Amino acid sequence: MTQAEPQVVDFPLRKPGVAFPPPGYAGYREQQGLVLSCLPNGDRVWLVTRHEDVRAVLTDPRISSNPEHPGFPNVGESLGVPKQDQIPGWFVGLDSPEHDRFRKALIPEFTVRRVRAMRPAIERTVDERLDAMLAAGDCADLVADFALPIPSLVISSLLGVPPADRDFFESRTRTLVAIRASTDQQRESAAKDLLRYINRLVAIKQKWPADDLVSRLLATGAIAPHELSGVLMLLLIAGHETTANNIALGVVTLLTNPEWIGDDRAVEETLRFHSVADLVSLRVAVEDVEISGQLVRAGEGIVPLVAAANHDENSFECPHRFDPSRSARHHVAFGYGVHQCLGQNLVRVEMEIAYRKLFERIPALELAVPAEGLSFKHDGVVHGLHALPVRW
Amino acid sequence: MRITADTGRCVGAGQCVLNAPRAFDQDDDGLVTLLLAEPGADEEAGVRLAAGLCPSRAITVHED
Ligand code: HEM
Ligand code: SF4
Repeated sequence: MTQAEPQVVDFPLRKPGVAFPPPGYAGYREQQGLVLSCLPNGDRVWLVTRHEDVRAVLTDPRISSNPEHPGFPNVGESLGVPKQDQIPGWFVGLDSPEHDRFRKALIPEFTVRRVRAMRPAIERTVDERLDAMLAAGDCADLVADFALPIPSLVISSLLGVPPADRDFFESRTRTLVAIRASTDQQRESAAKDLLRYINRLVAIKQKWPADDLVSRLLATGAIAPHELSGVLMLLLIAGHETTANNIALGVVTLLTNPEWIGDDRAVEETLRFHSVADLVSLRVAVEDVEISGQLVRAGEGIVPLVAAANHDENSFECPHRFDPSRSARHHVAFGYGVHQCLGQNLVRVEMEIAYRKLFERIPALELAVPAEGLSFKHDGVVHGLHALPVRW
Repeated sequence: MRITADTGRCVGAGQCVLNAPRAFDQDDDGLVTLLLAEPGADEEAGVRLAAGLCPSRAITVHED
């Protein structure tokens, strides 16, 4: 196939002051679907922007999730976490069939039914955060005081972290995501602290099994103890900032569209509308593939942009409108294919409870700064807010 | 309408249970299990939605 040298476009998200999803996505979707872009380190990757193409990429066995393949996109800043390929058990970076052993062992922990059983514990966690906010006065930073602690506390209780250690756990996870307020060294040392803590947790559960995820996984024998640490680290990292950012962005959207407060359908639409994991699903072609008429050669990196796909006019009517009454279930905010988010049912419940309790208990909640003055994480892998000042 | 589900492909995302809870469940291993192999007219829309959303294409709808 002969093709003209394609134009190379700016890598998304790296520009303060540009709305999210970047308005440029619409042009890529309409013109060629796939566009070449330069990563901050100079590597070239294919950005995939159409809903249909993103689903095709994420289910194609010739396209790999394994960062050890040459050409795998290196989007830089990996939240201070050790490199994926250095942690055994980091199964989001494995392909089938190696991936499936981990996934199969974890599925029972995240079924719809299992997650429903976690409801009372999640409600308690959310109530405690609100108690603390209300006791502290009449204003708060909803990112630091609400959105970040909730998923961290939920994950620590899921993993069986004893209550006495939850503050330690929460403070380290908070440092990991504070790309502005912490240095690279601080984030690296927080990641090391967490990994050390998790190693110890696994050792303790080996000796004294209890009724928790770590003990059950050890009992299945499907995952070796040294791999289990990587699995737990993945659960922690995959489920923290993603969830927190959705909670915070969703609150802003609900405050500016108050007619949807109290409607649980806002959860699914928030996931689609904000698509915070735009740069999370990274892939590399291991054979030549053709996507939307574009030849992608073996060894070329691919970044399926889920925010672009979730704002594709061909799949979502008036995609720029926040409309919880639409049927948005086919969004790809959680990815697609065998790596589709394992924690998605947990997130749905966390978001639903967080919004419901927040607006029930603080009906006078309002932004403490104009919406245009909010500061977005243009510099992060996961889209979100640095802070969300509110008052009541 | 008849449905089959391939537990070998299922990745336990639970889309089927969320969207057609009367037709699908997840077993103790978290994998898809059919509650109705031949869903009635009221279930059809939910079943089609679930089959379309399943990220691993584990659900097949047979039109016979
Ligand atoms: C709103 C919050 C969340 C979003 C937007 C999100 C998004 C995603 C996306 C896009 C993927 C696919 C990655 C890929 O294709 O390479 C993924 C995978 C994953 N997520 Fe989430 N996630 C969220 C919350 C969570 C939570 C709460 C957990 C668990 C506690 C979790 C655990 C995982 C795991 C383990 C994977 C890897 C699955 C696999 O490779 O089979 N996520 N997530
Ligand atoms: S939607 Fe598909 S992958 Fe998910 S549980 Fe149902 S059959 Fe399995």
